[in-house]
Amino acid sequence: MSSGGSSEMSEGGSSVETVDILVIGAGPAGLAAAASTASAGLKTLLVDENPSPGGQIYRAITRSPFRDATVLGADYWDGRRLVEDFEASGATFLGETQVWSLDATRHVGMSRQGRSRFVRAERIILATGAQERPFPIPGWTLPGVMSVGAAQTLLKSSGMVPDKRVVIAGQGPLIWLFAAQILRAGGKIEAILDTTPRSSYLAALPLLPQFVGSRYALKGARLMREVARQTRIVRFVNALRAEGEDRVSGLSYRVGRTERRIEADLLLLHQGVVPHVNLAMAAGIAHRWNEQQACFAPVLDPFGQSGVEGIAIAGDGAGIGGAEAAAERGRLAAWAAIKAMRPGVEDKVPPVEEILKALARAEKGRAFLDRLFLPPKAFRVPPDDETLVCRCEEVTAGALRQAVKTGATGPNQLKAYLRCGMGPCQGRLCGLTVTETIAAERGASPDDVGYYRLRMPVKPLSLGELAAIEPDPRAISAVVRE
Amino acid sequence: MFKRIGSDETEIVTIHVDGVAVEARLGDSVAAALLASGLPIERETPVSGAPRAPYCMMGVCFDCLVTIDGVGSRQGCLVPVADGMRIAIQKGRRVLT
Repeated sequence: MSSGGSSEMSEGGSSVETVDILVIGAGPAGLAAAASTASAGLKTLLVDENPSPGGQIYRAITRSPFRDATVLGADYWDGRRLVEDFEASGATFLGETQVWSLDATRHVGMSRQGRSRFVRAERIILATGAQERPFPIPGWTLPGVMSVGAAQTLLKSSGMVPDKRVVIAGQGPLIWLFAAQILRAGGKIEAILDTTPRSSYLAALPLLPQFVGSRYALKGARLMREVARQTRIVRFVNALRAEGEDRVSGLSYRVGRTERRIEADLLLLHQGVVPHVNLAMAAGIAHRWNEQQACFAPVLDPFGQSGVEGIAIAGDGAGIGGAEAAAERGRLAAWAAIKAMRPGVEDKVPPVEEILKALARAEKGRAFLDRLFLPPKAFRVPPDDETLVCRCEEVTAGALRQAVKTGATGPNQLKAYLRCGMGPCQGRLCGLTVTETIAAERGASPDDVGYYRLRMPVKPLSLGELAAIEPDPRAISAVVRE
Repeated sequence: MFKRIGSDETEIVTIHVDGVAVEARLGDSVAAALLASGLPIERETPVSGAPRAPYCMMGVCFDCLVTIDGVGSRQGCLVPVADGMRIAIQKGRRVLT
């Protein structure tokens, strides 16, 4: 393995690689955290499931197919600085690496190109970021329906632009950024169906003054103008239905009480992002429902330290804050790790007051965005019984509600009724919908209903790969009778 | 459904999709190469046989599951293409042979 860690030889000659700091996820939080800890002399390993660093926001930044910087925009290219700092820091990057096991002993199981091994870390910084919020509408499993993030990934990584009739539906900043990128790339968008309700504009209004002074305000307004000049925008859409036989052919939607239809070959859905909780929850880190962002977020101290000793969380996985805040939270978690492990070396990284100030700047205006873009309940708890909630096991909202009526009280019991959440995605695309739907049926809070109990391996692992891990002789002697 | 823009200097590799030779670009994920190929690349689910195509492209949804070089149910969006790679689209339940 081409990592920079040393090996701790145990009696029988088997080795477990050890590092001071293991950072999981190479987006802005992970890159910034790893650069800081490595600069302070800590042996740092950064792993990511993608081949190159950048995370989703700066995806493919080191190998972009674009010469022309205008398509993806200046904010994307800002990511280069994070990678440069990381590369200069002496930390090691390992791509195509999936972490499938992580526990309180900080023995971390990871898979790379079909081979697994364990790495032991003194401290772990989880920077596994966000995923797009589930968008359960009738027909969302049809081929030709994708998330906006998916289409943006194709653009960033492979320079691919949709060339048939594209309709975008949903809400949130990413929609406007992506639409602008597609238009700059010479693409065309038939329509944007904006699902932000009137009531959200009113509710967000009191938070507007604080947002106006933030760096997002001007950028956001410019993007929306750029897109609106060239694209049909339909506002206040309150229901969506993807239609088609074997693939999507169009979309029914409702404005007020009026039903309309639009033809589409590609439907792109998006309604914000939420923390990707699987690894953190499986490691035993407590999570609580965040009402403002309508998602579960980990319980952390101000430096990102979780209740599990030696494991911190930085970036959007700690609660959605955006790319700039993610990098600062990465630096903050790194600062705490350095202070604990190498007291006196903190002066090699920016002072903590500076990080906190930068973090506050980056988080300014977030409350406005959270309120404005909180998806309406009808797009989080599907009103149509036929809507598939669990894409893997093909469980509908109707079946889910029926199971609650017959006695299923929470997501884990629901598994026994319907296998809901037991497919390959391990609840990633149904977990929030299931919690909120049960909560609505029972009149309970999402915290009371809870989330799926997540277990290792958090990514699928073949038995052959598991069996091929070089065994630790101590583990064998612990169970073999002489 | 998609066209390529941007640099043409990326190295071209050949992958085989159910036996059909397809050009891909180095740096593509398997799922991106399949979407760019224009071939019918929909898998069929093990539960109902419904057609599915990649949805999230970032390792979350598992709708891009595909057999790569004989190993089943790999996440096509996380595996980079390599020259000569053999891809099989998964249709329904797996059959033990």
